[in-house]
Amino acid sequence: MRSLFRFLARNYFLMMFLALEVISVVLMVSFNNYQRVTFLNSSNSMFGEVYERFSTMDDYFSLGRTNARLSAENASLRKQLYARIANQEKYPINRPDTVEAPAYIFTSAKVISNSANKQFNYITLNKGSRQGIKPDMGIINDQGVVGVITNVSPNFSTGLSILNKRLGIPAKISKINYFGNLVWDGEHYNTADLKEIPFHIIVNVGDTIVTSGYSNVFPEGIMIGTITKFDVESGTNFYNIKVELSTNFKTLKYVEVVQNTKRAELIKLESNNTGE
Amino acid sequence: MIKDLGKYVIMFVVLVLVQVLILNNIQVSGLINPYIYILFILLLPFTIPGYLLLGLSFLLGITVDIFNNTPGIHAGATVLLGFLRPAIAQLVSSREILEKGNMPNLTHLGFASFLKYTVIAVLIHHLFLFYAESFSFGGFFETFIRYIISSIFSILIILGSQFIVFKS
Repeated sequence: MRSLFRFLARNYFLMMFLALEVISVVLMVSFNNYQRVTFLNSSNSMFGEVYERFSTMDDYFSLGRTNARLSAENASLRKQLYARIANQEKYPINRPDTVEAPAYIFTSAKVISNSANKQFNYITLNKGSRQGIKPDMGIINDQGVVGVITNVSPNFSTGLSILNKRLGIPAKISKINYFGNLVWDGEHYNTADLKEIPFHIIVNVGDTIVTSGYSNVFPEGIMIGTITKFDVESGTNFYNIKVELSTNFKTLKYVEVVQNTKRAELIKLESNNTGE
Repeated sequence: MIKDLGKYVIMFVVLVLVQVLILNNIQVSGLINPYIYILFILLLPFTIPGYLLLGLSFLLGITVDIFNNTPGIHAGATVLLGFLRPAIAQLVSSREILEKGNMPNLTHLGFASFLKYTVIAVLIHHLFLFYAESFSFGGFFETFIRYIISSIFSILIILGSQFIVFKS
């Protein structure tokens, strides 16, 4: 026993190195189950604070661009609103149900940290559980889908952006309603791969890809991107489809967090099927 | 050593902030991401006890990790650098400098030694970092390009910072 202690004392530098290295590797591996290491990410309030301060400073430089985008979005929303009013005048029976709660609630939030140059990119927002943000809510902006919330603290939240290989988004080709799974290719910040589209259907360059609504996270029909090229992988029955993402992850500033108010009910119902 | 304590604390904070607020936002086609916070480890005196060197390496790495949402990756890379630093120091400098408790910066080591010191340290640290980051990811060659280009930028920025701060 004593010789063991003597050995440890003599080699403590090596031993300490190995111990710290093992801790690091354990952290690295356990982070694959990304929900677990909640306190070690930037939704942690102290670290969130630093990002928030810096982001407020940085805001002034992008005011012009942000205003332009807001007014463009206002215009497009107003256009949709008038189209809907016109439609209602034409078909007065088809009134929306005002008694029931809305299926989706949108909360606006600011991106205080974001990256596009890692293999696994994350995004930090300035709102958290106090503002009603919960894990598994979707993040979108005026350009399209951004990501999904994974961790929340009282005032901040972090999530996976589309530019993270761990995130798959159920997507469909808008025109023909065929659905597949959209995953980042890990190569470029504005391209992703659409998988699981069988090759007997007809696909065109320029087709729009939108969310399928099957995930309970995003409403149906939120823009994801457009097809830029496709081919058939040899030996498979599926297309290899490259999608150009509509969201520009380098200029991300303001986003909206989507809450599906009926998600819990849906999951409960759907879990009955797997129970058999 | 004690009189330098304040200097080292400030350096730690400044380097981490510069890293996470500025350098992590330099994104040229997703290729370049210099990591210069390891300058803190490089500038610790050669006479520092081993446990402190490793402990500070881990602390520095995990701080950057928390900001980046990458637990373990930077900590692992920086601890490896801390562990190898005495060997690198022996390789690049002479006994008399090793035994003096000076900050091993450009002025005290001289340009040739400091360059060698920085290049070896950055290459070791970044190699661990980039391959740990792309762990479950093919693309050996792409990672290698990112590794080399980012290393070059890290080395240039570290050297540049030395000229600005210690030009006396």
